[in-house]
Amino acid sequence: MRIPCPNCGERGLEEFSYRGDATVTRPTSIEPSSESAWLDYVYLRDNPYGPHWEFWHHISGCRAWFRLKRDTVTHKVLAVALAAGVDGEDHRS
Amino acid sequence: MTRQKFRLPVGGLIDRLQPIEFRFDGKRFEGYEGDTLASALLANGVRLVGRSFKYHRPRGIFTSGSEEPNALVELREGARREPNTRATVTELFEGLSACSQNRWPSLRFDWRAVNGLISALLPAGFYYKTFMWPASFWEKVYEPQIRRAAGLGRASSRADPDHYEASWHHCDLLVIGAGPAGLMAARAAARSGARVLIADEQARFGGTLLDEHVVIDGVTGVEWARACIEELKTSDNVTLLPRTTVFGHYDHNVLGAVERVNDHLAEPPPGQPRQRLWHIIARQVVLASGAMERGLSFTNNDRPGVMLASAVRSYVNRYAVAPGESAIVFANNDSGVRTVRDLKSVGLTVRALVDVRSGVDSAVRAELEDTGTQVFDNSVVLRAHGTTQLRGARIAPRGGGQGVDLDCDLLCLSGGHDPRIHLTSHTGVKPVFDNTLGCFLAGDLGESVSVVGGASGRFDMVTALRTGHDAGHEAALRCGFALAIEQPIPEVTGESAESASEALWQIAGATEKAFVDLQNDVTVDDLALAVREGFDSVELMKRYTTLGMATDQGKTSNVTGLAILGEQTQRAMADVGTTTFRPPYTPVAIGAFAGDSRGRHFQPVRYSPLHEWAVDLGAEFLEVGLWYRSRYFPKAGEDMAVASEREVLATRRSVGVCDVSTLGKIDIQGPDAGAFLNLLYSNGFKTLQVGKARYGLMLREDGILYDDGTASRLTADRYLMTTTTHNAAGVLAHMEFYHQCVWPGLDVQFCSVTEQWAGLAVAGPQSRELLSRVLPQISLDNDAFPYMAAGEFTFQGMALRLFRISFSGELGYEINVPAGYARAFADHLMEVGEAFGITPYGSEALDVMRIEKGHVTAKELNGQTTPHDLGLGRMVSQKKDYIGRFLSGRPGMIDANRQRIVGLVPERAGARLFAGAHLVGPGKSAIAKNDEGFVTSVTYSPALGHWIGLALVNGGEERIGEKMRAIEGLRGMEADVELVSPLFLDPEGVRLRD
Ligand SMILES: [Zn+2]
Repeated sequence: MRIPCPNCGERGLEEFSYRGDATVTRPTSIEPSSESAWLDYVYLRDNPYGPHWEFWHHISGCRAWFRLKRDTVTHKVLAVALAAGVDGEDHRS
Repeated sequence: MTRQKFRLPVGGLIDRLQPIEFRFDGKRFEGYEGDTLASALLANGVRLVGRSFKYHRPRGIFTSGSEEPNALVELREGARREPNTRATVTELFEGLSACSQNRWPSLRFDWRAVNGLISALLPAGFYYKTFMWPASFWEKVYEPQIRRAAGLGRASSRADPDHYEASWHHCDLLVIGAGPAGLMAARAAARSGARVLIADEQARFGGTLLDEHVVIDGVTGVEWARACIEELKTSDNVTLLPRTTVFGHYDHNVLGAVERVNDHLAEPPPGQPRQRLWHIIARQVVLASGAMERGLSFTNNDRPGVMLASAVRSYVNRYAVAPGESAIVFANNDSGVRTVRDLKSVGLTVRALVDVRSGVDSAVRAELEDTGTQVFDNSVVLRAHGTTQLRGARIAPRGGGQGVDLDCDLLCLSGGHDPRIHLTSHTGVKPVFDNTLGCFLAGDLGESVSVVGGASGRFDMVTALRTGHDAGHEAALRCGFALAIEQPIPEVTGESAESASEALWQIAGATEKAFVDLQNDVTVDDLALAVREGFDSVELMKRYTTLGMATDQGKTSNVTGLAILGEQTQRAMADVGTTTFRPPYTPVAIGAFAGDSRGRHFQPVRYSPLHEWAVDLGAEFLEVGLWYRSRYFPKAGEDMAVASEREVLATRRSVGVCDVSTLGKIDIQGPDAGAFLNLLYSNGFKTLQVGKARYGLMLREDGILYDDGTASRLTADRYLMTTTTHNAAGVLAHMEFYHQCVWPGLDVQFCSVTEQWAGLAVAGPQSRELLSRVLPQISLDNDAFPYMAAGEFTFQGMALRLFRISFSGELGYEINVPAGYARAFADHLMEVGEAFGITPYGSEALDVMRIEKGHVTAKELNGQTTPHDLGLGRMVSQKKDYIGRFLSGRPGMIDANRQRIVGLVPERAGARLFAGAHLVGPGKSAIAKNDEGFVTSVTYSPALGHWIGLALVNGGEERIGEKMRAIEGLRGMEADVELVSPLFLDPEGVRLRD
């Protein structure tokens, strides 16, 4: 596979590491009432058939983490954006 | 030496001026430059070349290409001996030596051919049915017997003496196959300026142009190919890779190929690799891999002398070899007539043409019959005669009837053609059966891959040239070569239009073995049996019968097997399904994948900047991840235990020094550095004062311990973090994730400085005295530089960082100096330390001392434990958020009955403890039900004079004082132990603080 790093351009899969679902958001509350949000965040993942936002890390390159939208069926890469964002925006759609 | 009795007097693409001597089964033969082992064997009349996998049936050469199921040999000798090498793709070289396989005592007389006689007892699923019971018989009797009786060649047990290398290549267009279609595609794209890579598994480009009689643009196919190849060779933008098999097609047009750089020589020239693995990244791919011929299934269709018609033409035309003297041709398509003509053109006798179809053209019939060839239309071959050599065949009308027996020593088969579309399904695109063409075609491959020529299911030369050109042109356009111009398509003469073939998958009336899969000895009857027993889905049938599961991956058998399954179950081909082809297309040597990554170069090695220092002091080393850590420093006659004990005692009595450079070091800077550390560690860091170090715990988000280490605040905005050696890379990635993905708003930067700084631990009651002399400008008394102090200093113009931290439990310091000065500084330290009897100690002594102090390492931070489990519950803040904060507080994570840390001492003085031992109550038996925990770390304690250990046991500290049995089943060791506090030495930490 070829992965387009937002900084470095298209590079081989072997330069990257993968961290799965990028649509989950870490809860901000540590109150007891937030338990189900925490369990969802840490343990529950969808297994989508088709487009999926996921985290990738250019670990043998520029060390950027980014969100990449990949079709899990065809492996087609549909979109990519730095996780930190360049303008503070969340680029997931 | 035998003369080449079956070499035709003229013709062929061999070089008769260059004879080559070779050996087969010890006997000497001669061939010519340009031969394969198969063609050279045939030229010498050797037609029996091996025994089959299961029944030990005599087998000959069936094909002329990489799909060969039968002619497998052991090639070369000694360390280079390679089993299951296909004679059909082995180029002949001077001194080649090959042996037939799977026969005993000899090829002609094989004792285990008795398997064939009792074959009624060896049907499909035989292994499953017979060897299920009794279980002990499987291991002791059946398996060894089967292993001996069945099988292929023997691999060399010696180390591979050859080298392999890897290469990466980016191109606009990769053309796979250099036959007529591939050459056209490459030429069209190359002329437009695209960067083209063209690969072919054969040594010589040209594909079927080398095998068949055809005229293109007024010259022979061979001549046309030569000119085309010459043009490609002289184009700067074209790379040609002969002897290269593209074996895998991966996502995003990444392809794997193996180039047999020197397999055509006895051994690679000095300094050259045997093979080269190519990683190809192509914008466009044109698959021009051609088609394979299909056999036909009738009784004894595996006899040596039964060959594919296309292979026969190749041997006759390309290699000028007569595979037999008297032939029968059996076909369901027009390649039958072509084969008859080619054989006759070199003076061979063709007894008969047997055509499955009715109504052979009368002019053709007259032509053949006038030259002595009987024509049987609407007929089949019912059986082959002969055993180790074909002697004849029985021909019968399709409707039934006795039929007639004709003598022959060559039977040419053509049951149709299958496009070589294996690569197209590697990325998950399923092939589709085309009822009109009667074969599988590639599925929808999108815009970056096109399939041309024979691989696209069109088997004539005109179409090959045209589709090749169009695909090459289109690929160039897609790559942005807007000036690509269409080229004229070469004119083909002498090729008559072909009439349709008629599928014939199995021949009614076969009474004995009619093989479908020659390599795995799977017959038509086996498939029928599988269906009768309910294994009627493709995947089940494959596994039950082993159809298509041999080293040839069923290249010549899968489609026939599917079709027979369809007929047996009255299903159309499309409903039967298809099998998925997976990489590699043909077998690839493991060595090619490993490349240079073997032996010493298997993985990188990391040396501490103090490695040479330790070597000079006589250290023994331990591999920790990629690192080599100094483990102990033996003096003459000392083993590890003795040396480590001396090192521990010297350190605890006076002063010791240890290389701790491998600990991960991360420099963290920015206004939010403290806030970030507060989120990373479970204990607080925001309040840490400048000039102080603190021990910290990192959790995973699920509340399990991840890593531990210290962080020191060097200035208001700058911290230096240390991690464990083996988590150094992981912690950095973990921090990057949280910084970039979770808290991007934090104003903080960090990077690894592990390699930039060397680390030395100086520990023992004399350490302060020693360092005061080494670093006289630094005030080290307890008030000026107390326990957990940290500071940056300058020493003789060199930056130096000093930390009063200790893993050993003694008064101790860690010193960081720039890696390049590490050796000089360490030497200076040793020189000054001589007066104190300074002793270098290794990781083993460090481990002894940390167990005596009850300090935890990866043995305890094992991916299952929480801070609470390891007695570190006080380091879990309740005041702030941090990674793992919420889920570490779940009731199950802080349950008092969890397996928690305790110390262990043996009840009997002098008894040894073993790590990994399980703990059961006194008098309880060693069964899983009684298991209450296990021993994580043990050591002999020089300070206490007996063995001690750390363990995780149900209830942990609440059980201190109890007695248990520690049982180590692997070594059969056992000890009675008492549970004690894990702080064996100086529990108040007086030594650290004084
Ligand atoms: Zn990058």
